[in-house]
Amino acid sequence: MAVTDTDEPTRRDFLYIATGSFTAIGGAYLVWPLIDQMNPDASALALASIEVDLSSIEVGQSMTVKWRGKPVFIRRRSAEEIEAARAVPLSDLIDPEARNDNLPDGSPADDQNRAPAGKEEWLIMVGICTHLGCVPKGQSMSDKKGDFGGWFCPCHGSHYDTAGRIRKGPAPQNLEVPVLTFLSDTKIKIG
Amino acid sequence: MTDTTHKTEGRPCIFTRACGVTPFLTALAIAVLGYTFVFAGDAKAAGGGIEYKNVEWTFDGPFGTFDRSQLKRGYKVYQEVCSACHSMDLVSFRNLSQPGGPEFSEAEVKVIAAEFEIVDPVEFDEAGDPIERPALPRDRFPAPFPNDNAARASNGGALPPDFSVLAKARPNGVNYIYSLLTGYEDAPAGLEMNEGMSYNAYFEGHQIGMAPPLSDEIVEYEDGTPMTLDQYAKDVVAFMYWAAEPKMEERKQIGFQVILYLLVLAGLLYFVTRKLWADQH
Amino acid sequence: MSGDHTYQPSNAFTRWLDERLPIMGIVDHMMDYPTPKNINYWWTFGGILSFCLASQIVTGVILAMHYTPHVSMAFNSIEHIMRDVNYGHLIRYAHANGASMFFIAVYIHMFRGLYYGSYKAPREVLWILGVVIFLLMMAAGFMGYVLPWGQMSFWGATVITNLFSAIPYVGDAIRELLWGGFSVDNPTLNRFFSLHYLIPFIIAGVVILHIWALHVPGNNNPLGINVKDKQDTVPFHPYMTAKDGFALVLFLILFSYFVFFNPNAMGHPDNYIRANALVTPAHIVPEWYYLPFYAILRAVPDKLGGVIAMFGAIAVLFILPWLDRSAVRSARFRPLYRQFFFIFLACCLGLGYLGAMPAEGIYVIASRILTIYYFAHFLVILPVLGMIEKPKPLPESISKAVLDAHGGSASANAAAAPEKR
Repeated sequence: MAVTDTDEPTRRDFLYIATGSFTAIGGAYLVWPLIDQMNPDASALALASIEVDLSSIEVGQSMTVKWRGKPVFIRRRSAEEIEAARAVPLSDLIDPEARNDNLPDGSPADDQNRAPAGKEEWLIMVGICTHLGCVPKGQSMSDKKGDFGGWFCPCHGSHYDTAGRIRKGPAPQNLEVPVLTFLSDTKIKIG
Repeated sequence: MTDTTHKTEGRPCIFTRACGVTPFLTALAIAVLGYTFVFAGDAKAAGGGIEYKNVEWTFDGPFGTFDRSQLKRGYKVYQEVCSACHSMDLVSFRNLSQPGGPEFSEAEVKVIAAEFEIVDPVEFDEAGDPIERPALPRDRFPAPFPNDNAARASNGGALPPDFSVLAKARPNGVNYIYSLLTGYEDAPAGLEMNEGMSYNAYFEGHQIGMAPPLSDEIVEYEDGTPMTLDQYAKDVVAFMYWAAEPKMEERKQIGFQVILYLLVLAGLLYFVTRKLWADQH
Repeated sequence: MSGDHTYQPSNAFTRWLDERLPIMGIVDHMMDYPTPKNINYWWTFGGILSFCLASQIVTGVILAMHYTPHVSMAFNSIEHIMRDVNYGHLIRYAHANGASMFFIAVYIHMFRGLYYGSYKAPREVLWILGVVIFLLMMAAGFMGYVLPWGQMSFWGATVITNLFSAIPYVGDAIRELLWGGFSVDNPTLNRFFSLHYLIPFIIAGVVILHIWALHVPGNNNPLGINVKDKQDTVPFHPYMTAKDGFALVLFLILFSYFVFFNPNAMGHPDNYIRANALVTPAHIVPEWYYLPFYAILRAVPDKLGGVIAMFGAIAVLFILPWLDRSAVRSARFRPLYRQFFFIFLACCLGLGYLGAMPAEGIYVIASRILTIYYFAHFLVILPVLGMIEKPKPLPESISKAVLDAHGGSASANAAAAPEKR
């Protein structure tokens, strides 16, 4: 070797460490595509929003639509139902947060923050129990609506009120309100 | 160059004949070239021996990318001319705005899509009837015919092929389609042409069911590009190649990073191996 | 495995584990496994092949997450992977080209074994397990090519399954059994998908046996002589891991060229046309790695004869260790065999070329000549060479030969690697 023996070990170690690290970095980059392929693909993302026509729903009636593979509850609430929801003091709620994706995180869960501004008769929520993901009952006339007149999840007994807030049972959070836009008085875009 | 240099300097094993990488790489290169030759022969045999016109495409080679305005023009040609008979059912309107394609803006794509009235492919209305609505970016390009039989019936028995991957579905696809589009000629004297067929220098058998689809000035270009048959053919072929390989630019770009990385890693490992083996003989 | 491995657990945990599952001892054995110090770069393809198998399994499992094995959806689901799935186009191209790279590597690995006599005693079982892996690879490759459900997929499946109808008496019944119907159709696609997913794991199992059968006698080497003492070997790690790693990265550069810059070069354009049971493509060829065998199939002008010849071409590899009677392993010391080896290599490449050409005229005659030569190589030339060939004198030991190469006859090396200092 032309290089003297004394500095050989350090140079050698450096080369080994550099090669090892360089291989590890490459390996880490290689892993990302293999994981990212499981994320929603371009065709799923393209379906991320839907438009719904509300004109056929009478006061007191409900409709369920499918959005991103999940049920979305749309209810046209009666005056009594709105009144009942507004009468509840925040201190009675299990979850004091609005869980409304149109509002900043941490907004209080009063009725005005659950329904769209200026369209209080409409309550639009993702119909997935926040406990373990079952679909609560309460959309059809004949369903059991639970102790608070809203929705009742039969899997583990969670009761939701007429603003979709959890009032009793194991569920930790109010039903989620998705991102909404009113395109006209009778047409909404979800997502 | 003498034996003594080897002895005194202790030339590492990697250079020696016993485990040298040079003859190894040479042999490998010969093998690869040999098989490339087989593939070239294969492609030629499949092409029926006709020599196609050779266009210099912007997307050729490892550095090639698409020309955005060419793709936009190509889309226009496809939409105004070809789509009357040819479907493109794997391509969605949203693809027109994705990176690496024509890159229309999302607003433009909404307008483009809304020009088409389609039947919703999944949903039905409350009465159970199909929903007719303007197309959205997420919808596929609507097909001109409901099914293959209808397509044949309207085209004298010939089925206009789907365009989605057509540029990859023929040997030397882009040059073939370009040659075909610009290859309509008068039939040579003495050739008996069948009813409804046109003579094409590049079509196998030379009798093609498709009447010459392009001619000068049939599509209005707004960017000052010459409105000639030749230009239309190039533009629509570029668009078809993009439709067949919509991720080409992403692929090549990542490929560069990968190969660069591998070259550096190969260099490092070469020195590691050399150092390790230096004391072995 | 190879006798004297002396793993000593170094701490309480490894001691505890070693009493229950002596896996660290196996790892230790793998690291210290004595490798002949003179093995050359042709020996790196074992490691490269392990990488190919792992890569095909990882990309394949991912593709199966997005693929739909149904005749009406298979083609579109592949295009969905190509267009919509994140990085799907790269993963699919890596899998498709990975199959070709796998076969490039396995053919080099096999010809290396042929050249250096790696199939001879005491490595016959190692060789036979290798041929089993090769057969399984061919089955996996064939079924994988069917899955995109393009024209070549469909007609390839039709032609290959029809081979079985050549079997007397039960041929038609076997063919219907394979199809699950009266032609290649949805049941066929479904079972091919299932088996295509299964076979790589069987290959992985046989690979373990293959490595086991390697580690008992130890590696052959370019001199083909036995390892005598520690002087002749180096520990697998770090010497071979570094060398294999270097070769693997060179291989990956070639692999990457195809995946990123020429991904359809080794495929066939017709497979981008949806399968159509009513129209056969004008020029139907299998994937390149079957071409030599396809040429042999077509060379015989009889249905059953062609099928027998094609399978015989592989079957003959199983008995190769007993056809070659020469006591000397490496072609380096067998002047006659060395020449016949290269003629045989050219014969196989020639058959590959002919397999891609149309079955007419001069091509058919050439295929027949080369097919006869292929079998003659194994059944006539090798046994005769074993009797008449006079091998060159063998070196005393590996270490002595290596020293001689460095001291005595290095002129060829100097030409291959010009002086830098």
